[in-house]
Amino acid sequence: MNYLLRRLATFPLVLLGVSILVFVAIRMVPGDSITAMLGTEAGLLTPAQRDALAAYFGIDQPWFVQYWRWIGGILHGNFGISVTYGRPVLDVILERFPLTLELALLSMIIALAVGMPAGIHAATHNEKPSDLVVRIVAMIGQSTPSFVLGLLIIYTLSAGFGVLPAMGEFAPLWQDPLRNLSQLILPAITLGFAFAASVTRIARSAMLDVLSDDYVRTARSKGASARSVVWRHALPNALIPVVTLSGIEFGYLLGGAVIVEQIYALPGLGRMVLDAILQRDYALVQGSVLFIAFNFMIVNLLVDLAYVALDPRIRLGEQ
Amino acid sequence: MTTLLSVSDLRVGFGRDPRANEVVRGVSFDVADGETLAIVGESGSGKSVTALSINRLVDFGGGRITGGSMKLKRADGTVFGLATATEPQLTGIRGAEIGMIFQEPMTSLNPVLTIGTQIEESFRLHRGLTGRQATVAAREALDRVRIPDAARRLKYTPNQLSGGMLQRVMIAIALACNPRLLIADEPTTALDVTVQAQIMALLAELKRESGMSMIFITHDIGLVAGIADKVMVMQNGQAVEQGELNQILDHPSHPYTQHLLRDVPHFAGGRAARADGQRDKTENAQPALKVEGLVVRFPLKSSFFSRATGAVHAVDGIDFDLMQGETLAIVGESGSGKSTTAKAVLGLVRSTRGSFSVASRMASAQRGAKPVQMVFQNPYASLNPRLSVESILAEPVIATVGRVDAQIRARMASLLERVGLPKNSLERYPHEFSGGQRQRLCIARALMLNPSVLVLDEAVSALDVSVQAKVLELLVDLQCEFGLAYLFISHDMAVVERIAHRIAVIYAGQIVEIGDAQSVLSQPRHSYTRKLIAAVPAIDRRHEHFEIDTRQVPSLVRPQGFEPGPARWERFGVDHLARMEA
Repeated sequence: MNYLLRRLATFPLVLLGVSILVFVAIRMVPGDSITAMLGTEAGLLTPAQRDALAAYFGIDQPWFVQYWRWIGGILHGNFGISVTYGRPVLDVILERFPLTLELALLSMIIALAVGMPAGIHAATHNEKPSDLVVRIVAMIGQSTPSFVLGLLIIYTLSAGFGVLPAMGEFAPLWQDPLRNLSQLILPAITLGFAFAASVTRIARSAMLDVLSDDYVRTARSKGASARSVVWRHALPNALIPVVTLSGIEFGYLLGGAVIVEQIYALPGLGRMVLDAILQRDYALVQGSVLFIAFNFMIVNLLVDLAYVALDPRIRLGEQ
Repeated sequence: MTTLLSVSDLRVGFGRDPRANEVVRGVSFDVADGETLAIVGESGSGKSVTALSINRLVDFGGGRITGGSMKLKRADGTVFGLATATEPQLTGIRGAEIGMIFQEPMTSLNPVLTIGTQIEESFRLHRGLTGRQATVAAREALDRVRIPDAARRLKYTPNQLSGGMLQRVMIAIALACNPRLLIADEPTTALDVTVQAQIMALLAELKRESGMSMIFITHDIGLVAGIADKVMVMQNGQAVEQGELNQILDHPSHPYTQHLLRDVPHFAGGRAARADGQRDKTENAQPALKVEGLVVRFPLKSSFFSRATGAVHAVDGIDFDLMQGETLAIVGESGSGKSTTAKAVLGLVRSTRGSFSVASRMASAQRGAKPVQMVFQNPYASLNPRLSVESILAEPVIATVGRVDAQIRARMASLLERVGLPKNSLERYPHEFSGGQRQRLCIARALMLNPSVLVLDEAVSALDVSVQAKVLELLVDLQCEFGLAYLFISHDMAVVERIAHRIAVIYAGQIVEIGDAQSVLSQPRHSYTRKLIAAVPAIDRRHEHFEIDTRQVPSLVRPQGFEPGPARWERFGVDHLARMEA
């Protein structure tokens, strides 16, 4: 509990660092939001009009004043207004986030449901034909770019079965679960395939390591069956690398999956951030990067807590 | 007595073609009801593979039984063919009729399960006990191996118990279902000598209580004397000699058995101590190394910012001096502070207080001479596998002088020859050498800078017994030739007896007894030294029983600012001091 509080206390420090980085980085990109918004018409603005617009968006001030205003706003729960959407940044982000979260969760479920059994099977059938098959499929899965797999799935479905993935207006889970799932299942498979491949490989190597450990031999010397040796004695010891990997992958997915969102025309965080960068929508870029960083820290914390639950030798907060 | 297990012409091979790569080549032996057979051999002799073949765990390590038979008489009187049994049949035998304990108790228990769960599993598998009944049975099993406070310890995970305790837990698991055969594969090799004596005594007691048979695998023929009825000596996958204990120990017929008994260090209570001590002759000489009031403490902090609340007193006030050409052995058990003392002398850990003075014989004559050099325990880990022998030997020179010239090259060649390595060694890499050769290489590396003091931290502990004897011989020769002073850190009394002129016994960070080796070993004065020496196995201590003593070493953690009281010493003879006990 004490540990949890101390960990949470470090969050603001990390976010402060992230905020400075993103604030500086986005301003180092050439171009400004007025030009990005008005396009060629920006050239028609008189200097006075341009100054008025700059003052309206607050970008006429020196950078430290802008930064100070932004941080001050955040402390009051105000992340600023997105110039492209004309709405509060937090509203825009929170509108997109459920989809991204759902997609990330679905991908992880698919990855673990496929990857763990495949990895365990490969490890217990080391150097047998089925191990080879699993390893080859995993290799393919890891090296296939998501746009290739995504397009391949769409092509196979439409050309082979005459079915098109459910497109159109995105239906949130709580409004129309069935339609929601039919919209998300293919993107989740596309993302989950590579994820599953990584899980398979790491589960296989962790299990192989653990299966040659002394305590597995002890379990066998007690007369434990092959199944009990694998599931009861070996697996719990092989989970830590799998949790580490899943945590990192999941954290990335929470930042949005630009390519898959684009292919399946999904309004997720990834596309939103990309658009915001292209539009020089400073407030939205800064707000979403902070939001993504925060999510990543939460995931990391959960991973660390999972370690403690998995392995009694690990004590949090001790040196 | 009826035969419980009959093994004949057992052959075990490994790899893709097991028949072409046999590690056990036609071994036959019988074990009668209630009898203990000791299998003795060095690494690579096939003793462990033989043991693992009996319950067929060897299958999981890539081994295959390529020939022979193993017949086990089951409790119901039927005969079971272990060599040809299928895996499902074997799971009914393992644990129920054949129990097994292993060398490394620290790694042999599942780190994520409580020891209670791990003991209960045996009862669940073979007795069908569940829930409350299984817990009660597990507690009784812990009581049986004399673990105090068993009910509470059931909830511990392995990392919360010491090695000796864990080996007791392993024994409890192995004996849970009263198997009629226990296979013990080097069960005490990883343990301290006093803990070893406790485990051996426990095994002997349990064997008497239950009437089980035992196969005891060991590299230490001295350990055999205390427990075995019959002995089988193995070498290169074959049994070279087997027979009754007394027959083998007193009248060995095979040259290899004779070698194991005569050439290998065995503890002889001071009778085998070196007689070339020079203490009396060099009364006024300058010591090669003088250590005064050495203290090493590691502060304990709960976090980076908080103040230290106490400290681990790893070394708490140690004084000694070491003369030219003399060996001082520092003996003690793990956690006593002996390795920390060595590291402090070398400057590898920062000492809290204390002073060292080193007399460098040729400091001015020899450029870049470093008077103190070291040899570590594990020759496999202490040589960089990517460096050739030449680079390894050049390393200390480069570190001090910076340049390797013809003179240095000549020194490399002569040192390699002196430590007994082949001439063409310079271009070779560490993996091309055996463990003993690697340790010779480490010794050559340590001698490159012509030191006056060598710190040898468990320098022969990782080696096979016959290799140990040869390396010790080399060390003694080098000492006489170069007048080296050795600070020899070891837990092994038999080895210490062969090389030490003087012995310092260290316990909980302090020297409790110091003096002439022969005197300390034959007439130990401090109670801890006595206990330590009583625990050392020896060939002439046949079936001697050791008192089971479960006292733990006192905690070295002291509150902030704690200082031990001044030591008061009692003198016994010219060179023999023992600390007075409270």
